[in-house]
Amino acid sequence: MGGNEDRVAGTAPWNDPEARPYVELVRVSKSFGDFKAVDDVSLKIYRGEIFCLLGASGCGKTTLLRMLGGFETPSTGRILIDGVDVTDVPPYERPVNMMFQSYALFPHFNVEQNVAFGLKQDRVPKAEIRERVAAMLDLVKLGDYAKRRVSQLSGGQRQRVALARALVKQPKLLLLDEPLGALDKKLREHTQFELIGLQEKLGVTFLVVTHDQEEAMTLASRIAVMDHGEIVQAGTPAEIYEFPVSRFVADFIGSVNIFEGQLIEDEPEYVRIASEEFGGTIFVNHGISSPPGAAVWAAVRPEKIGMTLAPPAGTDNVARGVVEEIAYLGDQSIYLVRLPGGKRVRVTQPNVSRHAESIGRDQEVHLSFDPSSPVVLTR
Amino acid sequence: MSRRPLFVVSCLAFGYAFLYLPIASMVVFSFNASQLVTVWDSAHSPTLHWFAALFQDQEMLGAAWISLKVGLINATGATILGTLAGYGLARFEKFRGRFTLNAMTTAPLVMPEVITGLSLLLMFVALDQSIGWPAGRGVGTMIMAHMTFSMAYVTVVVRSRMATFDRSLEEAAMDLGARPVKVFFVITLPIVLPAILAGWLLAFTLSWDDLVISSFTSGPSSSTLPMVVFSKVRLGVSPEINALATLTIGTVALLVTGASLWIARRDAARTVATG
Repeated sequence: MGGNEDRVAGTAPWNDPEARPYVELVRVSKSFGDFKAVDDVSLKIYRGEIFCLLGASGCGKTTLLRMLGGFETPSTGRILIDGVDVTDVPPYERPVNMMFQSYALFPHFNVEQNVAFGLKQDRVPKAEIRERVAAMLDLVKLGDYAKRRVSQLSGGQRQRVALARALVKQPKLLLLDEPLGALDKKLREHTQFELIGLQEKLGVTFLVVTHDQEEAMTLASRIAVMDHGEIVQAGTPAEIYEFPVSRFVADFIGSVNIFEGQLIEDEPEYVRIASEEFGGTIFVNHGISSPPGAAVWAAVRPEKIGMTLAPPAGTDNVARGVVEEIAYLGDQSIYLVRLPGGKRVRVTQPNVSRHAESIGRDQEVHLSFDPSSPVVLTR
Repeated sequence: MSRRPLFVVSCLAFGYAFLYLPIASMVVFSFNASQLVTVWDSAHSPTLHWFAALFQDQEMLGAAWISLKVGLINATGATILGTLAGYGLARFEKFRGRFTLNAMTTAPLVMPEVITGLSLLLMFVALDQSIGWPAGRGVGTMIMAHMTFSMAYVTVVVRSRMATFDRSLEEAAMDLGARPVKVFFVITLPIVLPAILAGWLLAFTLSWDDLVISSFTSGPSSSTLPMVVFSKVRLGVSPEINALATLTIGTVALLVTGASLWIARRDAARTVATG
């Protein structure tokens, strides 16, 4: 993962209190009748970022995107782009362009006319329009398709026309609504990297809305996880994966084993949790600040759990269980291990050797993990 | 599949005969030389006599001209009003009087023509007496009457097209810098144009063969073609009517065939280019 954030001009401007945000949402809310689609969201996006809004359907991410595009007006709050308040600016006067989920290509225009549409509205001279459209079509590798009708294009080609049409106006901010949602899996992976390459070349700030966590992890310099109209956590993909702030985030991004327990020792350097579900104590080598006895949850990622036939040394962070299911995925295998208390633990092991490990179904195994692996969650 | 069961073939033949035999016999009889419609004069037929007679019949030509005028003006007016109503009903979920507008625009579809015609006549007379407009009845009142019912058909057609219209197309155009009015004329209108044209044709056709409402709302010297035909037929069918019908059918067949060919060729061009 790491490395995504290096793409942003300068490194990690969000950690620099002096840095000026390029797009800023100040306490934005949007209600439809009694329903709060977006609830008090504040957000700073920096120049050159690919920022992902990630969440399940109905979490308010699309409403937030539409407010940035100007198609919805916030009930309260302000939206600033490059220091200018655009809250009440209509879509046709915003320095923002959007790539729609359905692509919204004009069916009665050909590829070239679709891409040229935005420039025509700005009364750009004809010669310049021709030049810029041709350059943009070359950039998305559709130079030979200029005269084609939209109905004659494949899904991937339509996606690139939509992208070209939105980028040709050189917007300050490009909004992408589920940009890869309509493509099949192979094409999606390929297109992800194309999108990143294009963004690097043009330096346009991207705001991507997606429900696909893998897509968000690949594309984003930073991700904001949304739930019920609120941003639950914002950070780099690595931060969100390794240090989720709540069970919701931990569960939403990747898969995770969550053990409920009570805090029995809470020191600045370490924490010890008694967990009935785990069937023992969990030792974590970093402190949190909660009163002893409080209910907490320890979250451990499946790939951070070791599985052996021989019992490991030590008494903390170890458990015994029986393998219930094995899913062989080629590069790795997923094991479902049933603990004595009934809890099922998910463990993934890379298939390093070509000769399968001798762990099979119904076999008794020992599980263990490093004290640095669990994340202690209080909500 | 070269062998088809006899039953299926005969069903097909019977079906076509049921639909087209009357028309075919009428076309044949339009070339009949005899004065009597039902008697085939094999000595002098076929002849174009009745077609020539038709084009010398001033009453018939005048009526055709009025029908054409009423039809064209009505179709255009009804299309404009019906498009606006259809667009409004499809687009705006809530506004004052939506329910009434919805009911009023669809009412003429289910209202018996006699009632529509009579109520329009009463209204025109009452208006004439109270405010002096429209003065008397004639082409003007007939156009107004035709528009009230053909607009309803246009509304239904346009509205159902608008219901399946992808709104993100309009948003995309706005996003790219087009103002709402321009979006309507450059994006929305061209895309729904086939539906609007279909509405126009429907309105024209409805007006062209309307008899009942025209009879109620027309005045002296403003008889439409159906009215003249009907009055002639009451005195006995003249072979001239057969000629007129043959011409009408010929025109319609030509237009329909042309349109289907054009659509088929366009689709074929698309398929070839895609494949």
